[in-house]
Amino acid sequence: MFASLLDAFSVWFAKTEAQFYLCFVADDRFTRYILSGLGATLKITFFALIIGITLGVVVALVRVTYDKNALSMRKGLGRRLLGIFNWLAKLFLTVFRGVPVVVQLLIWYFVILASARNGVNVAIVAFGINSAAYTAEIMRAGIMSVDAGQNEAGRSLGFNYMQTMRYIILPQAFKNVLPTLCNECIVLLKETAVAGYVAVTDLTKGAYIIQGRTFVAFMPLFAAALIYLAFVMLLSWLFGKLERRLRASDQR
Amino acid sequence: MKKLLIMVLMLAMVLAFAACAAEEPAAEGDTAAENDPADNVLVMATNAAFSPYEYYEGGEIVGIDAEIAGLIAEKLGMELEIMDIEFNSIIGAVQTGKADMAMAGMTVTEERLQSVNFSTSYATGVQVVIVKEGGRVASVDDMFELGDVIIGAQEATTGDLYCTWDIEDEGLGTVQRFNKGADAVQALLTDKVDCVVIDNEPAKSFVAANPDGGLSILDTEYALEEYAIAIAKENIELLAQVNIALEELIADGSVQAILDKYISAE
Repeated sequence: MFASLLDAFSVWFAKTEAQFYLCFVADDRFTRYILSGLGATLKITFFALIIGITLGVVVALVRVTYDKNALSMRKGLGRRLLGIFNWLAKLFLTVFRGVPVVVQLLIWYFVILASARNGVNVAIVAFGINSAAYTAEIMRAGIMSVDAGQNEAGRSLGFNYMQTMRYIILPQAFKNVLPTLCNECIVLLKETAVAGYVAVTDLTKGAYIIQGRTFVAFMPLFAAALIYLAFVMLLSWLFGKLERRLRASDQR
Repeated sequence: MKKLLIMVLMLAMVLAFAACAAEEPAAEGDTAAENDPADNVLVMATNAAFSPYEYYEGGEIVGIDAEIAGLIAEKLGMELEIMDIEFNSIIGAVQTGKADMAMAGMTVTEERLQSVNFSTSYATGVQVVIVKEGGRVASVDDMFELGDVIIGAQEATTGDLYCTWDIEDEGLGTVQRFNKGADAVQALLTDKVDCVVIDNEPAKSFVAANPDGGLSILDTEYALEEYAIAIAKENIELLAQVNIALEELIADGSVQAILDKYISAE
């Protein structure tokens, strides 16, 4: 009984070892497709995140400023301009949250940036702007959650509106939205798996390529899955650390 | 540190795979032994975006592969069911017994033979090069001599495999792999790639579909290839049956008749 089990195991092990060799060692496939794919995935995620957060904060500020101040503003050019910006911000949110990211990516690649030859750069733009739409709403929620008294306190200390935002409201808002922002980063990292549609060899595409070469169906997918998992775990660990650091001032 | 991380990941992956694979052989044995004769349905997996081998016409999948599969099913006294699925998922479907065999213009390679069995080949495909007027590539030799050429191909098709071996591995250029042949041609139209290597028959439809694009097919063929049916390693019985049926169909000229019907009609 035990011997036959051992036999079955060694047969299975030999088969798995052969598959492993075929998928990752032969032809240097691990480096060529998985590692270089991981590089593309991380590059797209990193730069898209920077675009997303920067643009997201700007859009959120426009929305919040309009919602909180427009009615109390004097009638004139300033109020009208703010109204236009607010309308543009709302349009931006509607369009980029309303269209699936794969469709957006294909439109960027084939229509808007039709002359661009580098798929990675197009993917950075597409994912960055898509992420900005979500980050904007996350940041808006954060800013709204800061007590109105904080704004009044800042203004009575002599800060103007932008200074109050910059030194008093935004730091607190950022702390509040950190867990949600972490969520958005994780989603973004995994969302880039569709970058293969525009001929970018990202991690998922790398796994697909190995699959197509070797016809081993699942091992390359498991490799990709584990690497995504590892990086998501790393991300949540980093955010956890940041959260704890930022909370240090709370416990005095 | 990096190496250690890679080692740990690999180990974790092997273990994860172990958990899944351990139950597989028994389950697959069952499907092969019981399912096939019992429910009497022959499931063929394909990706129906590869005219004239398989494509949709009026909601139904037709084409060379579909018709040949129909004749094989008839010979085996079974009913044919066609499963349309992403090209990348076809092999998974065959290996897990969701489909009995796969016909999708698949080329036999050494590496693929380690994972699945292939039947006798039933058709010969021709890989050709589509170029754009005024583009960098004007002949097959250009692809090898210009340096840094960017070639578009449909991922995991023969065009992709051959260009990877001949050009990317030799450092002569890069291959951009698209999910669909149509996307690769679209990239050629917008100058993202210098040429597209693809099967002759779809190539003709793409060029015909873009009359203003300045596209043309080079006279020199890029490569010849043999198409075959893929069947799971465990399913030796079905492989033998399919091979017998296929050889009979080739001998009596029915396969040739189907090929003539679709390819001359294009």
